[in-house]
Amino acid sequence: MKILDPTDERVPVRRSLAARPEGVTGTVGLLDINKPRGDVMLDHVKRLLNELLPGVEVKQYRKPTPARPAPDEVRRQMMEECDFVIEGLAD
Amino acid sequence: MQSLPAFSLLDLEGRERTLPSGKPTLLCFVREECETCHLSMPMIEAVHRAFGSAINVWAVGQEDNAALISHHKATVPMLDDSALKVSFANKIEIVPTIILSDASGSEVIRWEAFHKGDWQALIGRLSQLSGLAAPGLDWGKYPELRPGCGSKSVEPGILERLVAEAENSPLRAREINIAERDNPFEFMFDQGLTDGLPVVPPTPEYVVRMLTGTRRDPQEVVGTCAPNYAPVTIEKIAINAVMAGCKPEYLPVVIAAVEGLCSHEFNAHALVSTYGPSPVIVVNGPIRQRIGMNMEINVLGHGNRANATIGRAMKLVLRNLGGLRPGEIERAALGSPAKYGACYPEFEERSPWEPLHVERGFDRNDSVVTLFSLEGSPHQIADQTSRTARALAGSLALGMECGWHPKAHRVGDTLLVISPEHVDTLWRDHWSKDDVRRHIQEVTSRPLRELMPTDNYGGQGTMSEQAALAAGRTEEDLNRLSPKFKSTENIHIIVAGGPAGKWSSVISAFGDAAVSVPVSRKIEEVP
Repeated sequence: MKILDPTDERVPVRRSLAARPEGVTGTVGLLDINKPRGDVMLDHVKRLLNELLPGVEVKQYRKPTPARPAPDEVRRQMMEECDFVIEGLAD
Repeated sequence: MQSLPAFSLLDLEGRERTLPSGKPTLLCFVREECETCHLSMPMIEAVHRAFGSAINVWAVGQEDNAALISHHKATVPMLDDSALKVSFANKIEIVPTIILSDASGSEVIRWEAFHKGDWQALIGRLSQLSGLAAPGLDWGKYPELRPGCGSKSVEPGILERLVAEAENSPLRAREINIAERDNPFEFMFDQGLTDGLPVVPPTPEYVVRMLTGTRRDPQEVVGTCAPNYAPVTIEKIAINAVMAGCKPEYLPVVIAAVEGLCSHEFNAHALVSTYGPSPVIVVNGPIRQRIGMNMEINVLGHGNRANATIGRAMKLVLRNLGGLRPGEIERAALGSPAKYGACYPEFEERSPWEPLHVERGFDRNDSVVTLFSLEGSPHQIADQTSRTARALAGSLALGMECGWHPKAHRVGDTLLVISPEHVDTLWRDHWSKDDVRRHIQEVTSRPLRELMPTDNYGGQGTMSEQAALAAGRTEEDLNRLSPKFKSTENIHIIVAGGPAGKWSSVISAFGDAAVSVPVSRKIEEVP
């Protein structure tokens, strides 16, 4: 029997992982996806990073809503300003 | 003059016959089981014997060709079109069909069935053309006219296969071959293509038949479907509609629903949520009756093919094209039965109010889908005792307050399904939908302090009353009334259900306008 493919036939682009850095330097971005109490956790992560890595700058970013992908502007800003990004997904 | 499609077919002796043949050619499409073909065979044979030296005369048989030839002891070449490709390419709907082509293969004459006058005119013309004598036929034996039979190439199941296999096939989706010894149902489970229930295998024939339900181009992209943002064509929708068990006449409803699903406002991306939301389709307008949707007993339940399969088809599009698969990007902690599909028509004929689509700016005679992103499962509210609109609407309000969390107020879009018995009570006091909405907001309005969390239960926000006061909120702030819904506009009301039963149902909000906005799309009218 022959059937027709009900799925998306696009072949996803294969991307390789970025090279692992030797250490953490520069700027770490924290993305708050705007879920309740997400800020509490990320503030704590920021405090820990400041203690452990005093030479590293920590910047915080926020999605307007968890329900949609991050706006292009936020993604571009993080790409330009950050060497590392920590994002909390879902709950 | 129209050029006939070129072909090569074998005759019963295995000799290849090709059109254009470089000579005028008479093609006679026949099938053995057709009485009118039998009536025509002596005519075809006589023309062959009389003019065969000057022109080609070919019978083109659709089945049991040798039997037809031997029954008439005929000598006319019989070309084997049992694959029906030449019949299909020549758009043969009736047998016999007689076509005369010139030497270059262009059509000169065509008729269907048996017409004595046409045969007489043809024989006269061929005699003139070839300078050969006309055959002597006993014309008195023949009727003036006899209707033909259906061509095998247009029989259901066969026509769809021929369309799918034709060079200009509307289908572009990749074909997947299932080995003969494999069970196609098991195969589709194994490939992760189903929602957990069996699906109808989307064979090319079934998909071609499904596409007869729309006049839109199968390759038209109606949108991109989140969360993977895959392009969705009419063909891909039709494939998933076959799998869901839809009939072709449901397809325009599925397409309109998928258009809504792919819209920016609806934001299907949010359906990945751990909350387990579902898209809920409401159908309005004449199409409900035309495709036999159930809007009465058990309207929110099972048992009606259109209700069940339209919602399921849209969910299969979300799964197979959008990539929304539980345990992968779909993260519902619990989910709900509505995840299999939720599609409900409004019982407009039983409602004293304007139906949903008219409220949303459409004409009553338009057929429309409205798509909501909701918690999913309906929650029933019982009130068998209220005798006034005010009391009943108040009961509905209390029932609706449980959405998300009883103390979560100013929530977003919610669907209230009011049963016939309940709408009678509301209408006896001439309450409009807006009266009901206002009363729901009034009854559910509570001071902010009542909504705040305490040691015994959670509530709106994270701050207790004491913490809020300590943080500078005033008594006046805490006494400010907050209704259940952000606005009366977030309360969407339809009427549906069986004749008896004083219950209504609410399908609660999932989020607010930042998450999803209900969208309506007009359904294509296919006569």
